[in-house]
Amino acid sequence: MSASTTTGFSARPPRRALAFWTRLRRGDEVAYTLTLTCALSILAITALLVFELYTNSAETRHKFGWSFLSTSVWDPVAGEFGALPFIYGTVVTSALALLIGIPLGVGAAIFLAELAPAKISNALTFLIELLAAVPSVIYGLLGIFVLVPMLRAAEPAIRGVLGWTPLFSGPFYGVSLFSAGVVLTVMIIPFIISISREVILAVPNEQREGALALGATRWETTWDVVIPYARKGIMGSIFLALARSLGETMAVTMVVGNDPKIHASLFAPGYSIAAVIANEFTEATGSLYQSALIELGLVLFGLTMVINGMARLLVLSTTKKGAA
Amino acid sequence: MTRRIHIVNAALAAALTVGVVSAQQVLITAGGATFPNPMYSKWFNEYHKKLPNVSINYQSQGSGFGVQQVTAGTIDFGASDMPMTDAQMKEFQAKRGTTVLHFPTILGADVPAYNIPGVTAKLNFTPEALAGIFLGKITKWNDPELVKANPGVNLPANDIAVVHRSDGSGTTFIWVDYLSKVSKEWETKVGRGTSVNWPVGLGGKGNEGVAGQVKQQPNSIGYVELIYAIQNKMAYGKVKNAAGEFVEASLASVTAAAAGMKEMPDDFRVSITNAPGKGAYPISSFTWLLIPSKIADPAKKTAIKDFLKWMLADGQKMTDALAYAQLPTAVVAKEVKAIDKIQ
Repeated sequence: MSASTTTGFSARPPRRALAFWTRLRRGDEVAYTLTLTCALSILAITALLVFELYTNSAETRHKFGWSFLSTSVWDPVAGEFGALPFIYGTVVTSALALLIGIPLGVGAAIFLAELAPAKISNALTFLIELLAAVPSVIYGLLGIFVLVPMLRAAEPAIRGVLGWTPLFSGPFYGVSLFSAGVVLTVMIIPFIISISREVILAVPNEQREGALALGATRWETTWDVVIPYARKGIMGSIFLALARSLGETMAVTMVVGNDPKIHASLFAPGYSIAAVIANEFTEATGSLYQSALIELGLVLFGLTMVINGMARLLVLSTTKKGAA
Repeated sequence: MTRRIHIVNAALAAALTVGVVSAQQVLITAGGATFPNPMYSKWFNEYHKKLPNVSINYQSQGSGFGVQQVTAGTIDFGASDMPMTDAQMKEFQAKRGTTVLHFPTILGADVPAYNIPGVTAKLNFTPEALAGIFLGKITKWNDPELVKANPGVNLPANDIAVVHRSDGSGTTFIWVDYLSKVSKEWETKVGRGTSVNWPVGLGGKGNEGVAGQVKQQPNSIGYVELIYAIQNKMAYGKVKNAAGEFVEASLASVTAAAAGMKEMPDDFRVSITNAPGKGAYPISSFTWLLIPSKIADPAKKTAIKDFLKWMLADGQKMTDALAYAQLPTAVVAKEVKAIDKIQ
């Protein structure tokens, strides 16, 4: 994920060192132009996406202005649209997924990369990568038919332990922000595990040998030397997981309850931005309604940028501390 | 570009002989409502078997898609579970320079499906009870309104869990159209639409989402299409119609609702929820094909008109096998006349 490389070389081949034709013949110039085009195309796709979302949401942007983000009525019949419940649902479900998913995923990655025998590690990693390829609608169906009944059975126990907090109060219908968070956790864990494992495996063995030679235990080596070394890559895996959970559509809509209201309780139903777009876009007649859904897409884009930016700042600050 | 080629082709063919026109390959694209899709697929398939040179490609992407795309002119005809509004008709006129015709094809119905542990009897629902439940005013199964309509049934004192569709759909439109007709409060507070601002309840995606919720959640009620309830053996109730009888949804009672409409408007844009007449199931609706009244390509025009004639005659005989209710004969006769409006 981290874009900036610190290899010490300039990304561009040294100019003027050789004549243009020599460079062309050696292929450097061709490779440079080719890869540059590839990189620029990503920029162009993103720009086009934002442009389309922006122009096609003009009607609601003019009508509601910034209040679109702060109001919570979603009434297609009356033509009143507010995005707040969807933003809330998106953030809460993704946060919940990361809260459960990060310790679980990183823990598993550490075990697979550092502690498990190679045979077991390879077999398990293969299974995990298989999980990442399961279509999200399958996760959604598993959510409805397996996870939700399980949560319904587990509800008294959860409530017994955590029921005193407002987060686990109110009636529980099975489908809820909590269920969506759990389904998302299952969906993002493969990303965290498989990328983190690769990154940990890529840590040079000299690091481990050095730590062990200084008298560190195996766990001290892993926790104090290997993990800090791999921190950036692990963060990258978490970003990818976050991006997936923010934009997840099918699995969320099947278990979240699809109720555009803000409830403090995680046991209450909610809604997410991607889910409402998927649910309502095909039947959205009338330009204002469509514009509102498109503006939700723009909001999701902005939300992803803001959250990623904040996470990056966080990484930057911790990296500096680590380096000092 | 393609259209131009089609026109040129058609003109050439027409210039030769009529026989050549009928042998020419005609590709028609259509799209819209998902609810009648199984029937339409069957029809288009059977029709293609009958006339191998005519292929109709139907994209089942929702009624909204059908209305938008036929207005934009990207498909030859659309399909929708609700009639186009006056505003949409105007937009069509402005964009296409012609009018759009509605042709009812089959009938559908919504049923109240429920799951109350310990209750096996078929429940009776009054319009007041359904509106009250979905407005969040009737919150317990042993509410007097429900008890009164169900003598001898031991209804529990449990909270009602309401389930509705979360995706925009014609099924929802039929349901809220009915509630708007029987409850002033619903009409002013919530209104009609493929998606509405629900006062209470959970949203399930698609019929299967609602059905899954209702099956799993004790003491819940939701609405699904009749066919879906039958195929999935869900418990669903009778609804009191405008004539005061509790009627169970069936192919016959749904057709009766359409036949009960005394005055069928010339453009067929009519809601038949809460229809008068004995034995009429009150939460029924037509589903329509949306066809431009001017079709430039003569080959396509002939093919579409012929298909409509076939659909109203032979096509109607295939509805029972797929558990759709067929059109009343009076409506069929009126539609056959309306085909001539396509120029």
